[in-house]
Amino acid sequence: MKADPKGVLTGAIFLDGDHACAEGAIAAGCRFVAGYPITPSTEVVERIADRFPLIGGMFIQMEDEIASSIAIQGAVWGGKKAMTVTSGPGFSLMMEHIGLAAMTEVPCVFVDVQRGGPSTGLPTLPGQGDMMQARWGSHGDYGIIALCPNSPQECFDFTIKAFNLSEQYRVPVLLMMDECVGHMTERVIIPPADQIELYPRRYYDGPKEEFLLFKPDKDMVPPIVKAGDGYNIHVTGLTHDEKGYPAMTVPAQEKLVRRLIDKIKLNADKIVEYKEEQVEGADVVVVTYGITSRVAIPAIEQARAEGMKVGHLRLIVAWPFPEKRIKELASKVKAFVVPEINYGQMVLEVERHVAGKARVELVGHGGGAVHNPKDIYNVIKNSVKG
Amino acid sequence: MAEDLIDVNESMPTNTVEEYLRMDRMPHIWCPGCGIGTTVNCFAHALEQSNLDLQKVAIVSGIGCTGRVAGYINLDSFHTTHGRAIPFATGLKLANPELKVVVYSGDGDLTAIGGNHFIHAARRNVDMTVILINNFIYGMTGGQVAPTTPLTATASTTPHGNFEDSFNLPYLAESCGAVYVARWTAYHVRHTTKAIKEALAKKGFSFVEILAPCPTLFSRRNKLGDGLDQMKYFKEQSEIKNDIDTKTASLSFQGKITVGKFVDRERPTYLDAMNEYYGKKFGDKYTPYNG
Ligand SMILES: Cc1ncc(C[n+]2csc(CCOP(=O)(O)OP(=O)(O)O)c2C)c(N)n1
Ligand code: SF4
Repeated sequence: MKADPKGVLTGAIFLDGDHACAEGAIAAGCRFVAGYPITPSTEVVERIADRFPLIGGMFIQMEDEIASSIAIQGAVWGGKKAMTVTSGPGFSLMMEHIGLAAMTEVPCVFVDVQRGGPSTGLPTLPGQGDMMQARWGSHGDYGIIALCPNSPQECFDFTIKAFNLSEQYRVPVLLMMDECVGHMTERVIIPPADQIELYPRRYYDGPKEEFLLFKPDKDMVPPIVKAGDGYNIHVTGLTHDEKGYPAMTVPAQEKLVRRLIDKIKLNADKIVEYKEEQVEGADVVVVTYGITSRVAIPAIEQARAEGMKVGHLRLIVAWPFPEKRIKELASKVKAFVVPEINYGQMVLEVERHVAGKARVELVGHGGGAVHNPKDIYNVIKNSVKG
Repeated sequence: MAEDLIDVNESMPTNTVEEYLRMDRMPHIWCPGCGIGTTVNCFAHALEQSNLDLQKVAIVSGIGCTGRVAGYINLDSFHTTHGRAIPFATGLKLANPELKVVVYSGDGDLTAIGGNHFIHAARRNVDMTVILINNFIYGMTGGQVAPTTPLTATASTTPHGNFEDSFNLPYLAESCGAVYVARWTAYHVRHTTKAIKEALAKKGFSFVEILAPCPTLFSRRNKLGDGLDQMKYFKEQSEIKNDIDTKTASLSFQGKITVGKFVDRERPTYLDAMNEYYGKKFGDKYTPYNG
């Protein structure tokens, strides 16, 4: 399915990452946004609020992030593509509803423009400290998808990708931006609408009497209907059966929660995405994501210029994590170097899959700024020595 | 005890409500003597008497004993999270304005954890009907104090009695902008049905508070007898006063209960206000939003 040309600002324009995210949402067909202002994400909703009235969208500034994160789910059941946008403290407030969206399989997008934390932390400055929260923040077990753009162009592209993945897997998708990509301005190419591919909502089209709201297709994802379609659906955050009725038993829990995890886990090969550069034959692989993937480049280049064999693996999709690839590389390289603007989150995942077969070095940073590439370079250099 | 109350339902045909219920989910979880079921009966009758296209009616609940209502109603029904039925309903309604959206939940759900959403939805005049079951207590979690627990009443978290003032909900709803405000009790089944019917027919944020017995946790702990005794209290102490100043409608422990229709007025809904405003602002460039 192609994008609706309405509202697509085809051409090359200068945008910051927040505005590019808003344009991506519009191109993806999102017509319902609920949000609550918080730095450094506010510009996303400001642009949406400016643009929506003339393209038939509904923007509402809710009373808080808790309300925003469930209003979008009401909107999805009402038939819209919907998104909410926040940063650190607001992301924490949304956790219960990320769980609700996972449990009731609501396709929707949550954008978190990460800033320095914990708590109010550094409102105007970057951080990457919400990565584990993105994976595990809501209580209970569930599968999730999280993407990490590193430029305004990717904020545009990955917002569309986030909507597509959410529709394909009936799962909330998290766009994990950071203050740097949110506030940097670069040229963004917006393609013509007929070159923007959208994944259509998986509306049920079988016989009405056979419809079950949570009966999965072969890929473990159930088709959906909307309120008002005449199915008298029941949706609950309680553990439920395929009909959607509460079923509070151990077997029902096992069946449902397994599937919520497996529909992401067993489809991971299709979802996982990363970019590699000079990884073959490398002694050291630098694993990065978000803004850090750009900050690491001078460090990697300097090391290469000095003859070190350094590869670069950048996570596009952080969750699900590219475990297979890391496992493969673990027996081929001496070390992995993981710079991130936190004191060790995604590095734990790298360590888990490397499982002692190579060294794993964190280049941590407390937040408020990006790394000094020198710090990354020094760790690369020490790692090559072995 | 209060045998004279048994005929309360007599004029109500009881079999017709089944089509409004998910009979495949019976028996329900509510205790014997609980007032929630009585209010559901009223709601079903109100639906029956309304001219609504039921395919376009959706019901949203939060969490609690009352929160289970959505699960028993044979409409598109959503059992959401504790306190958040109203913002969910806001999203649903604004996404598809064709739907009639009803929120059905408990006093704790809607006015403690969900209080902020309640006041803002009323302020915005989002077109929805909110039915609040006030049993003076948190039922589902075992009888803790609620923002509606009357002064001096005992709850599991006020074992020595409650010293916090409680909400006067009609006053709260009116002050925040609700266009329809009524209070009845589970004893007043005909009035309640009529009030729900009126609320459903109203455009904008309509609010019906229904006092209901929670024999298991409120009445017994407070030595007020069972559900029937609580109904007797509702019958004897209620005074119907329509159109009064809602300021005077506060409740006290086993004191007089003011019931009636207090507010019935017009205000532009959120959507109407938006469409009108943008229509003026943007002229022909603006297409009124209609979902
Ligand atoms: C975030 C959250 N906090 C607490 C709870 C536990 N909880 C469930 S129902 C409830 C109170 C219900 O009371 P009320 O809304 O008055 O409804 P009733 O059960 O009396 O009908 C609470 C505190 C919860 N489910 N979620
Ligand atoms: S605990 Fe109280 S409110 Fe809950 S079902 Fe029992 S009587 Fe009703």
